[in-house]
Amino acid sequence: MSDYLVQFNNISKFFGKVIALKDVTMKLKKGEIMCLLGDNGAGKSTLIKTLAGVHRPDEGEIIVEGKKTIFDSPKDALDMGIATVYQDLALVSLMSVTRNFFMGREPMKGPPFFKTFDIEKANKIAAERMGQIGIDVRDPSQAVGTMSGGERQCLAISRAIYFGAKVLVLDEPTSALGVHQASVVLKYIVKAASQGLAVILITHNVHHAYPVGNSFTVLNRGKSLGTYEKKNISREKLLSMMAGGEELNKLEVELQEMNRKN
Amino acid sequence: MSTKSKSIETKTDFNQDERLKKVSKLRILLNRPELGALGGAILVFIFFGIVAGDTGMFSAYGVLNFLDVSANLGIIAIAAAMLMIGGEFDLSIGSMIGFAGICIAIPAIYWGWPLWMSIIFAFSMAVLVGYFNGILVVRTGLPSFIVTLAMLFILRGATLAITRLITGRTQVPGLRVLIEDDPLAWIFATDTFKWVFTWLGSMNLIALRTDGTPLATGIPPSVIWFIALAIITTWILMKTRYGNWIFASGGDKNGANNVGVPVGRVKISLFIGTAVAATIFATIQVLDAGSADTMRGTLKELEAIAAAVVGGCLLTGGYGSAIGAAFGALIFGTVSMGIFYTDVDTDWFKVFLGAMMLIAVIFNNYIRRKVTESK
Repeated sequence: MSDYLVQFNNISKFFGKVIALKDVTMKLKKGEIMCLLGDNGAGKSTLIKTLAGVHRPDEGEIIVEGKKTIFDSPKDALDMGIATVYQDLALVSLMSVTRNFFMGREPMKGPPFFKTFDIEKANKIAAERMGQIGIDVRDPSQAVGTMSGGERQCLAISRAIYFGAKVLVLDEPTSALGVHQASVVLKYIVKAASQGLAVILITHNVHHAYPVGNSFTVLNRGKSLGTYEKKNISREKLLSMMAGGEELNKLEVELQEMNRKN
Repeated sequence: MSTKSKSIETKTDFNQDERLKKVSKLRILLNRPELGALGGAILVFIFFGIVAGDTGMFSAYGVLNFLDVSANLGIIAIAAAMLMIGGEFDLSIGSMIGFAGICIAIPAIYWGWPLWMSIIFAFSMAVLVGYFNGILVVRTGLPSFIVTLAMLFILRGATLAITRLITGRTQVPGLRVLIEDDPLAWIFATDTFKWVFTWLGSMNLIALRTDGTPLATGIPPSVIWFIALAIITTWILMKTRYGNWIFASGGDKNGANNVGVPVGRVKISLFIGTAVAATIFATIQVLDAGSADTMRGTLKELEAIAAAVVGGCLLTGGYGSAIGAAFGALIFGTVSMGIFYTDVDTDWFKVFLGAMMLIAVIFNNYIRRKVTESK
């Protein structure tokens, strides 16, 4: 038995001739936050969908709690405790906080065949859970549309945790947020990890990732450029790796040589 | 448990953001989707109370008359509202009414089926049509507007063609004699609370015929169906898991899917709901008239949608109420009958219907912005 909660070994995904992902490996322990960094087109979306069970990897294996598994559908991944919070958050802005929180998994009460949605209980849990993050929902029956972007993100994450997520896959949770809101969300992510969840944080923002991550995997053109412990890599190094830094370095050297010749 | 919740409550008080205004009860009421329709209904009653208060519109007979019209529309409007909240349209409701009518009449008259069997047959066909509409929309991802518009023509055409083929005409009369002693038909054809009206008549409180029986004989079946449906659907929307799924499916299809709501099944069931409601409408009317007409229900789909919109449903789905649609139907039914009691030419009814709908849409749009605006 390994002490990894979840392992994705040498995952590859092809779409026809296009190699979307090649040999990407990620391993996470409990309480660890791994940041997956990559520029546009690096294969982040494909990787997320593979983690979430939308795509089946063409090569490689997924090992959850020591057991090799195959995800046939997003539900399989969810049942194994891998919850993905997409950028659109799967929240309905016209519906209330409570109704969103329990969407698809409503608590029920009453005798069989006459079971009703236990709104009181749901309201209480939703308010309680949001209160724990420090978000004061005045009225859990208020529409989600009235909440700020950061609050919505926290609601989506909080919902995933409440419904038994062990591994959280977060797709660009801070990309649409201002500095303050982003820090609120990041703080919450750290708190979630400290309670024993493994978090895969997908982002292109190194400044958001570096303070919270324990390890960093950089994705470029469908390939992993390696996984680094925080102590082994600096923010600047990460940034340059992400932005195709080697190419830029080469360009710089070439420019210098040209200058010298002149 | 109770102590825990208490501590949270006190904590909430501490955290009260000074930038937040207290939300008044009135504001909460204003956020209910059916508010507009409720207000509209009250205004309509006040208007006719003033204009036609002494004309017999509000006699027992008059009230039952406009309630009957409202109820018939309401039955399909409620189903249309449920479907709209689920994010789809059904334009085939009106054609389904005509189709269901002949599904009852032809087997009963020409094939010698017992009436109850014909009625069950019609409802089975409704489930099929609804399922077909639903599966087509869900599988193809095409707008339901187009799919059900096609079904509007297909069903109406088939109704006409089949009826003419089998009967040589476009109307099938002769059903009235079959209603008596039928084990099922009474559900759609019986006036209830007759004793109340007999008693009221005997007390000379309501108008009587020359033979001494009251003019208004009982509550028509449509009204009972209407009230029952309004209560059941409102309960479903507010209190059940399925209700939450309807809002979710209409509000954000992908989001709902991602958290495990069976969006496809929800939508299909709602399409079945509109077709079944159309068949309830058809059964009541066919048994009341004693005949089926291939053109019955023409344009009813638009009236149903109009009532649903007046009742607070958004055309984009995810928001609305069944009770609102019921009030919407009550407004239309009351005005369409009430206009006879005034000096206004009845041609103006459609003008009113359109104007009412426009006002409702503008109002609803404003409400939606209020509900979803960021703080």
